[in-house]
Amino acid sequence: MQKDIKRLSLILLFAPFALWITLLILLPHIGMVVLSLREKVAPRVYEYGFANYIEFFNEPIYWNTLIRTGSMSLLVTVLALIIGFPIAYYIAKIAGPRLRGALFLLCLIPLWVSDLIRAFGWILLLRETGVISSFLQWLGILSGPIEMLYNDVAVIIGLVYTVILFMIVPLASTLDGMDNSMIEAGYNLGGRGITVLRRIIIPYAMPGIASGCIIVFMLTAGSYLTPILLGGKNSSWFTEQIYDQFITRYNWESGAAFGMLLLAFTSIVVWLGLKLTGQTLANTVTKT
Amino acid sequence: MPDSTAIDLECINISKTFGDVLAVDNVSFDIPSGSFFSILGPSGCGKTTLIRMIAGFEQPDSGEIRIKGASVLNTAPNKRNVKMVFQHLALFPMMNVYENIAYGLRCRGVAKQEIDERVNNVLDRIALPDVGEREIHQLSGGQKQRIAVARCMVLDPDVLLLDEPLGALDLKLREAMKIELKLLQHQFDTTFIYITHDQSEALVMSDQVAIMNQGRFEQVGTPQELYHNPQSAFVAGFVGDSNRWSGTTVESAGEALKVKTDDGLELLAMPSDSGSTDRSQKVSIFIRPEFIQVERTRDESEHTQPGQNRLTGVVDSLLFNGANSRALVRSPTDQLIEADIVLTGGFEDLKPGEDVQLIWSCEQTMCFSV
Ligand SMILES: Nc1ncnc2c1ncn2[C@@H]1O[C@H](COP(=O)(O)OP(=O)(O)OP(=O)(O)O)[C@@H](O)[C@H]1O
Ligand SMILES: [Mg+2]
Repeated sequence: MQKDIKRLSLILLFAPFALWITLLILLPHIGMVVLSLREKVAPRVYEYGFANYIEFFNEPIYWNTLIRTGSMSLLVTVLALIIGFPIAYYIAKIAGPRLRGALFLLCLIPLWVSDLIRAFGWILLLRETGVISSFLQWLGILSGPIEMLYNDVAVIIGLVYTVILFMIVPLASTLDGMDNSMIEAGYNLGGRGITVLRRIIIPYAMPGIASGCIIVFMLTAGSYLTPILLGGKNSSWFTEQIYDQFITRYNWESGAAFGMLLLAFTSIVVWLGLKLTGQTLANTVTKT
Repeated sequence: MPDSTAIDLECINISKTFGDVLAVDNVSFDIPSGSFFSILGPSGCGKTTLIRMIAGFEQPDSGEIRIKGASVLNTAPNKRNVKMVFQHLALFPMMNVYENIAYGLRCRGVAKQEIDERVNNVLDRIALPDVGEREIHQLSGGQKQRIAVARCMVLDPDVLLLDEPLGALDLKLREAMKIELKLLQHQFDTTFIYITHDQSEALVMSDQVAIMNQGRFEQVGTPQELYHNPQSAFVAGFVGDSNRWSGTTVESAGEALKVKTDDGLELLAMPSDSGSTDRSQKVSIFIRPEFIQVERTRDESEHTQPGQNRLTGVVDSLLFNGANSRALVRSPTDQLIEADIVLTGGFEDLKPGEDVQLIWSCEQTMCFSV
């Protein structure tokens, strides 16, 4: 009796979660897979096959875009890690408890503003008639206006800014769980600052680093607004290709195939990253 | 044998304040080579702060710290040859046992082969020769303890600092590790500074014990000295068990003092510090349970011999603990007095409710002015 009640409550508790997973994640993806394997041979006549995928590999512009998106996303991830680590370390280990809360909150503030508004913020700063350009002219460093938008640097800056929070939070929470005496022991046994960082702090923070990097990489590779708005037409982000297939060309089949390819590609990169750093997915989830 | 006159560590008038908390107040001491020195004190008295200053993690506000004669105040923590065993050991969980021990040697740039030799050697000495490849979480509490000591000892430190390293262990293991640590210290022949708030740890293991209270050293001495000749009421109350009264001196009776306790008893006591010989002086009196003799009341006319204290009472309860058994005796003034007794399990044993006489000599009654 007792057991039945327990089981029932368990089922009830899990039902919304299971529904959410099946309805919003599993089903659409199955639909996508099916769609991507379909090929239009005549109006309303479809055949199943790998033609959409083959088309991707035959057209260099497609896979070049995917590679470019992947490598830019990796660069953004690395930059976010390099910038985020000291910030997370400061929040978790150096700041006092009061300041810590305030800093965390400060990190969250950008989330209050929508993606779009944030991107327009950057546009206001970087465009030809924007704040930075005018300021540099006013200082006399520049003689004429300068366009800082619509290049890779602008895209990367914008992306790092958007995602860095997702690097800082898991890092700070892992570092927060680290006993200070571990760092002191590192020094006490004769380690220099760099040794302590390399042999103790970073290995300890590895699960946080891995999960931060996974989140950031996935978010970046799948982002759409920031690359389009800051990079303009020549940003060549892969999500743009997908959008193009779905909306402009109304070619859902190949759009679905591209979507699956993006998913497969990012998954492989993440898997490689985990393999190279000797982490497991379970480890990164439980330790942060 | 260590040279008995060589001093490994010297602290001269060191003080440290945190905000308006005076954590360490003008402490001076020196520790001869190869000895086991304990710092014993209640929680929050500044023990950790003191030891962290020696290790270099805190800078003293004033004073001087010398290791093997050389001042270390301007030496960074990683350059001082004092190693520390942390309260929660702080073993590195991402390295295995071997790497934990090798860490310090690698920091020094010792050659690979020598590292291998020294790590295996130290593992042999702590009697854990085969655990090198184990992960930290695969070790028992006592093994972790020994690895933490080995990780420091492999570096041949001048002084090893231990901050309540047994605090996290259960009682049984603490008892075993107490003896083990003492043996390790003997084996490595290194100066140990051991922090604890557990007096039995300090008394059992140490050559010298410092009693610390509110940032100051109350007394430094061998365990026997502290136990039998405490210099202050705090030390008398803190080290070992004792029955305690507060009272006022009435008159001197030869060497001894007659004291009237606040609850109306008249007791003879020996002044243990200089201040308490005057009349009408507030004093604290201590008597240890093992000096109180418990006798059944047979004859009401028994009279007190000179220099003896005698109280009548009723046995309230018996605390059986093998050879350390104790009786709680309720005095006429309704105070519970502890006295050591022998319980053999035979008919002769005391029973609760019996009338008894408590007898002890004034020589063993310590008296401190307050
Ligand atoms: N970093 C710090 N900042 C402010 N106050 C501190 C700091 N470290 C210690 N204190 C204060 O200094 C005093 C002594 O602390 P300390 O840690 O040395 O005590 P302890 O004797 O080691 O106690 P315990 O036995 O509980 O470990 C305490 O009152 C404590 O609150
Ligand atoms: Mg402490």
